[in-house]
Amino acid sequence: VSGPDLLDRRCLFFTGKGGVGKSTMAAATALLAARTGRKVLLVEVDAKGDIPAQFEQKAVGFTPREVYPGVLAMAMDTEASLREYLRVSMRVPIIGKLGPLARVFDFVATAAPGVKEILTIGKIMWEVRESIEGRADHDIVIVDAAATGHIVSQLGAADAIQELVDVGPLRDQTRWLSELIADPHVTAVNVVTTPEEMPVTETIELVARLRAEVDVPLGAVIVNRVLPELFTHADEATFEALREPEASALLTEHAGRGAVEVLDAARLAVSLRRTRAAHLDELRDTVELPLLYVPYLFVRDHGLRVTRMVADALGAELGL
Amino acid sequence: VSPQHDSGRPATLEQLFATKEIVVCCGSGGVGKTSVAAAAALGAATRLGGKTLVLTIDPARRLATALGLDGIGNEAHRVPEEVLKTAGLEPRGELWAAMLDTKQSWDDLVRRHARDTATANRILENRLYTSLTARFVQSHDYIAMERLFEIHASGEYDLIVVDTPPTRNAVDFLDAPARMSEFFGGRLVRWLTMPYRVGGKRSMRVINFASRPFYQVADRVLGSKFLQDIAEFFLNFQGMYEGFVERAQAVETLMHDRRTTFAVVTTLEAAPLYEAENFCAVLRERGYHLGAMVLNKTLPDTLLDPDGAAAAAKFCEASGPLAEAAATLSNPILADTARTARVLHTIGESYANFSVVAMREAELRAELARVPDVVVRVPTFENDISDVASLVAISNVLYGDA
Repeated sequence: VSGPDLLDRRCLFFTGKGGVGKSTMAAATALLAARTGRKVLLVEVDAKGDIPAQFEQKAVGFTPREVYPGVLAMAMDTEASLREYLRVSMRVPIIGKLGPLARVFDFVATAAPGVKEILTIGKIMWEVRESIEGRADHDIVIVDAAATGHIVSQLGAADAIQELVDVGPLRDQTRWLSELIADPHVTAVNVVTTPEEMPVTETIELVARLRAEVDVPLGAVIVNRVLPELFTHADEATFEALREPEASALLTEHAGRGAVEVLDAARLAVSLRRTRAAHLDELRDTVELPLLYVPYLFVRDHGLRVTRMVADALGAELGL
Repeated sequence: VSPQHDSGRPATLEQLFATKEIVVCCGSGGVGKTSVAAAAALGAATRLGGKTLVLTIDPARRLATALGLDGIGNEAHRVPEEVLKTAGLEPRGELWAAMLDTKQSWDDLVRRHARDTATANRILENRLYTSLTARFVQSHDYIAMERLFEIHASGEYDLIVVDTPPTRNAVDFLDAPARMSEFFGGRLVRWLTMPYRVGGKRSMRVINFASRPFYQVADRVLGSKFLQDIAEFFLNFQGMYEGFVERAQAVETLMHDRRTTFAVVTTLEAAPLYEAENFCAVLRERGYHLGAMVLNKTLPDTLLDPDGAAAAAKFCEASGPLAEAAATLSNPILADTARTARVLHTIGESYANFSVVAMREAELRAELARVPDVVVRVPTFENDISDVASLVAISNVLYGDA
């Protein structure tokens, strides 16, 4: 994938195992899109406040708020989504008549599988359709989506509902949704991972499941926190020579007692990189998707500065 | 055995686990919960003796293979003694391992609680039941707790170490039993199934919902067939409510029991640590026993040494002269001074890079508040935790032998 190719879609999902940096990638992609003059709606599905944190902003709600020039952010709230759906699509005017909606909703959502999922994906794709039809303030919807365990049921919710519900408006109204999700000009699902064993295994399994169970176009696999390759093969022989007793004694003599610690730290860096490289090879050979690499950032903290650095790295990978 | 604090509180994991029957390992995704749980169980089997079980949710494949968990369902398997001996251990006790199969556990539960086989089969075939148990994450949380209760009640193990399912929020799984009893025992179930119960016992005839706004809207949104499916599901489940509610309460009681302790696992990164601290606070608030905190995958303290920083700076600034000096050594590889200088520079720079991360970790560690009595730091290991030898390495650190 090239940058324009990815950013010309109307809806980008970012999923992956917990803790790999989904929110950072979604936020960085939003920055890239904003830099190219697009108006972005950034949706946080797990509503943990990770998205506004990437921009050093306080939590956002269901109503979008600008967190960065050109980037509107909102947090998914399935109950609010249901209210909106009832009001807009079903023309049920007064929700008050429903009685204790929150409790009923909680119950039905737990009892009827797929309800929360459909309300989430329904709201997202509704915003996508609004943007395609020029009725929205945004050009692209970027989703900090559910983690690996949940994304398949979320993306497949529309199809699942159509299997479960034989008649009724819900069935009709999920059909456009399925079509929009499946359109390669509209949607791309991107999987974020780190070059470690479990995230890579989960990524491989997730890509296989997405291909088998859901009709959805896949974008790229983004590999986050890639450690730098310290040495070429020839340089490594020199490094090993420097670690031998004779050389390390000389270095200690010239650079002080810490010399051995410095050599050991480099040794750790080399092994960590090497273990991870094997996982990357497996990933590359298995998923048959473009891989984008974002380097490990040796920085003190997170926030807008890091989001910008990640956006720069991602932009370079995408040729932007 | 290391000395206890004056208060008589445990100072090591060994002391902590010696009086416990259940250890629940929790923390956010990617922190290495599964490996820590397995290593803790391995260490307990080795040191404390008796039968220790690690109940794991979703281990990495190579780790599962190492523990002999390949392709097995819900059954617990003993990790062969030879495997442990090969890794250089002389275990005093037995190490057992089991994986959680959500679907199978649910089916077992239904068979156990249903009033007869016919009802059980009706439930097992209900399509709502199928998707509820197979596809939806919440059911995972509950069944993990339920399985734990079951295994503990069997009295077969001296210690059970549990790896918790990856939840969006680390406390979700604690709420699962309560949520489950609310779900099955609440008035809403009766409300929802009421239209179908009017015409006598378990009649399935469709009656007129129109008088009630809830049914009216639900019918418009979901379609009446769907609502019927839900009602049917609950009607079949009816005979099981009591069993479920009772069970959920028993699970809750067990979690609060003094024989149960929680170990919070985290890395020293801002987000997981924030979750971990939150989790510690919630555990305390709700009266659970917070036993230990494991800081996993930490960088070595040598990265914080001023001597190291000074040497690294020298490697960068004086790479030329250092390379010249190294060229006088006997190793012919070091004759290429340009290359040696470049390598020295890279080494120095790499140290500086990693020490930034190590400093960030140290800072976060210093800010840790509300931590439990036992805090253990586990270093980053160079290789994946994929065999018994690497578990031994972690368990040595956990139990303070490293």
